[in-house]
Amino acid sequence: MATPDIETPATAAGTRAGTGTVFTRFIGLATIVGMVALGVFGLLLSPADVQQSDSVRILYIHVGTVWVAYVAFAFTALASAAYLWKRTTSLAWDRFAGASAEIGVLFMALTLLAGSLWGRLSWGKFWVWDARVTSTAFMFVTYVGYLAVRGLGGSHHQRARRSAVVALLAVLEIPLVHFSVKLWRGLHQDSSVADRTNVNLHGLMLFSLFISVIAFTLLYVWLMMHRQRVLAMQDAIDNTGLDYALQQRRDEGDL
Amino acid sequence: MFRVARLIAAKDLRVEMRSRVVTNQVLPFAAIVMVMFAFALNSDAVVSRVAPGLVWLATLFSLLILVQRSFAIENADGATDALRAAGVDPSGIFLGKAMALAVQLAVLELVLLVSAVVLYSTELRVGGLVLLLVTFVAATVGLALVGTLYGGLAGGVRGRETLLPLLLLPVVAPVLIGATRATESALGTGGATVADGWPWVGLLAVFVALFSVGGTLAFGPLIEE
Amino acid sequence: MDPVVHLSNAVAVLGQFPVLAGVNLTVNRGEIVLLQGPNGAGKTSLLRLCAGLLPLARGEAVLLGCDLRTQREAVRSRVGLLGHANGLYADLTVAENVRFWGATVGASKPEVQAALQRMGLAQRLSDVAVSRLSAGQKRRTALACLIARRAELWLLDEPHAGLDAAARDELDATLRDAAAAGATIIVASHELERAGALATRVVEVVGGQIRTPNGEVA
Repeated sequence: MATPDIETPATAAGTRAGTGTVFTRFIGLATIVGMVALGVFGLLLSPADVQQSDSVRILYIHVGTVWVAYVAFAFTALASAAYLWKRTTSLAWDRFAGASAEIGVLFMALTLLAGSLWGRLSWGKFWVWDARVTSTAFMFVTYVGYLAVRGLGGSHHQRARRSAVVALLAVLEIPLVHFSVKLWRGLHQDSSVADRTNVNLHGLMLFSLFISVIAFTLLYVWLMMHRQRVLAMQDAIDNTGLDYALQQRRDEGDL
Repeated sequence: MFRVARLIAAKDLRVEMRSRVVTNQVLPFAAIVMVMFAFALNSDAVVSRVAPGLVWLATLFSLLILVQRSFAIENADGATDALRAAGVDPSGIFLGKAMALAVQLAVLELVLLVSAVVLYSTELRVGGLVLLLVTFVAATVGLALVGTLYGGLAGGVRGRETLLPLLLLPVVAPVLIGATRATESALGTGGATVADGWPWVGLLAVFVALFSVGGTLAFGPLIEE
Repeated sequence: MDPVVHLSNAVAVLGQFPVLAGVNLTVNRGEIVLLQGPNGAGKTSLLRLCAGLLPLARGEAVLLGCDLRTQREAVRSRVGLLGHANGLYADLTVAENVRFWGATVGASKPEVQAALQRMGLAQRLSDVAVSRLSAGQKRRTALACLIARRAELWLLDEPHAGLDAAARDELDATLRDAAAAGATIIVASHELERAGALATRVVEVVGGQIRTPNGEVA
C-alpha cells in the first residue's frame, strides 16, 4: 500500500464548522424554488392526462427521482473508479462515492414506491415484470448491499478500497441483469412498460417533467455537498483523535 | 497464478474428501429442498413444468452453504491470515477456490438432476443432452466464480457471513434465468425446443467471461484487510 | 550487513485505535529478540506489522531490505508469522499441511521432508490428521510449515502458550537451531525466564512503544 492510512484533518474537512457555504445555500434556495415550481406546474398548471387522469401527476415525482438515482449510481461508479485509479489521492473520492450511493438508494426507494403506486392506478397492478422495472429493483438491492459493505469497518482506506471494488462489480452486474431480464421477458407476449405508457405529452406536461428533473437534480447536488462534508467530518473526527490517542497510548506505561 | 490455483483447489478437495461435510450434509439438504418444493406446489403437473427452475433454485440455496463452508475451512485456524501473510497470489487463491467449488457444485447438480428425474418425473431426451451438458458446465463455472468472489468478501470479515446472500443472490439472477431457460429447452419442458436454448447458453458464457476476469482482478483487494 | 528489521517511528492503527504509537526497532540477522510487556501493549500488533498484515499508518518500516509500504508482497513471502492460530487445515495430515505451505513457495519434496524431519514429524506423526494432534504437536507442525515456506524472519506470538515443559524445551531447541541456521526470530512471550534464556536480546513493549531497560522510549 502506497499511501498512509491517515490523512491530516485539514485535508479531510478544512477548518469549517458547518457543512454549509454560500454555494450550498444558493443551491438550497434554487432547490426550494424548483420544488415550489414543480408543485405549481405539476399539481395546478399541467392538465390531467386523457387516459390516466390525475394519476399522471405521480410521474412528476417518479421521473425526477429515477433520474437522480441513476445519476447518483453512475457517479458512485465514477468516483469509485477514480479512487482506485489514483490511489495516492485523498479519500474524497471514496466519500463522494458513498454519499452518492446513499442518496441513490434513497431516491431509488422513492422511485419504486411512486412507480408502484402509479402502476396500481394505471394498470391495476403494483408490480409488472418488465425488464426495466425488474432490473431497477435489482439495482436498488445491489446498492443496499454496497452500503452494507461500506459499513464493514476497518481503516478508511480499507473501507474505500473494498467498497470501490464492490461498486465496480455492480457496474458489471447491472447490465447483465438488465439484459437477462429483458431476454426473459422477451419470451412472453407482454409488451414493455415503455410501449404501454402511451401518455400523450401535452406541452405543459413535458415542461413539468423538465422542472422535475431540474428540481430533483438540484436537490441531489445540495444533498451530495452536505453529506459528503458530513462524511469528511466523521473521518476527520477519527483522525484528529489519533494524535490524542497516540499520546494516551504512549502514556499507558507511566500510569 | 495457475500453479497456486491448482494447489488451492487440490487442498480444498482433499479437505472435503477427508471431512465429507458437503457429501454428508449439503447433498441431503439439497435433496430435501427438492421434496419441500413438491409439498409447496402440490401439483404433479406444475412441478414437472417448473422442474428446471426448481433444480437451479435448489442449486442457489446450496451454493450459499457451499461458499460458507469453503471459507470456513480457511477461517477455522487462521489460514486466511496465513495465506495473506505468506504472500500467496490472491488471484490464484480465487481461481483455486472457484475450481474446487465448481467440482462440488457439479456433483450437487447431478444429484439434483437425478432427484428431479425421480421425484418430478422429469425426462431427459437424447437430442438435448449436449445443450444440457454445456448449460450445466457454464452455469456451474459462473456460480463458482461469483460465489467465491463474494464469499471472500463476506467470509474475510468475521461475523459478517450474513452479508453473503444479500450480495450474492442479486448477482446470480442472470445465471438462474439463463440456466433455467436453457435447461427447459434441453428437456423440452413446456414445449421448448433445443434451438431456443443456445442463446441462453450465450448469456451464461458472457457471465462466465466477465466474472472470471473481474473476479481475478477484484479478489485481492476484497480479502485484503 | 543490512538489518533484517528496521522500524523507525512506526505507527499502526486498528480501527481508530493506535496499537503502535511510534516504534523504533532494529533487529539483525540471526538474533532472537524477545518482546515482553503487559497484555495490550502492542506485542501482537508489532508482529503483525512486520508480517505485512497491519498497514503502516506513519513512520518507516524496512524488512529484509524491502520497504513495507511499496514492496509488501516481497516482504510477506519471506516472513513467517505464527500467531495465536496455527493456520493449519485440521482435516489434513501433518505432512499434507507442510507440503501445502511449502508448495506456496514452490518447495521441493526433499525440502518438505527436511522440514518435517527437523520438527521430529517425519515418522510417527506425519500421516496423522492435524485435528488429532496435541497443542504442542500442532505448534511444531506450524513451525515445520514456516521452515518449508523458507521464512527468513520468524515472528512468533506466544509460542510457548499451552505447551507442557517437555514441549517447551523442544520448542526452544528448535528456535536455537533455526537461528543458528540463519533465521531471525522475534518472539512475543510472557514466559520471561524461559524465553529470556533463549533470547539474544530482550525488548520491553509498553503503550505501543519500545522502552529501553531504564524506562526511556527507544
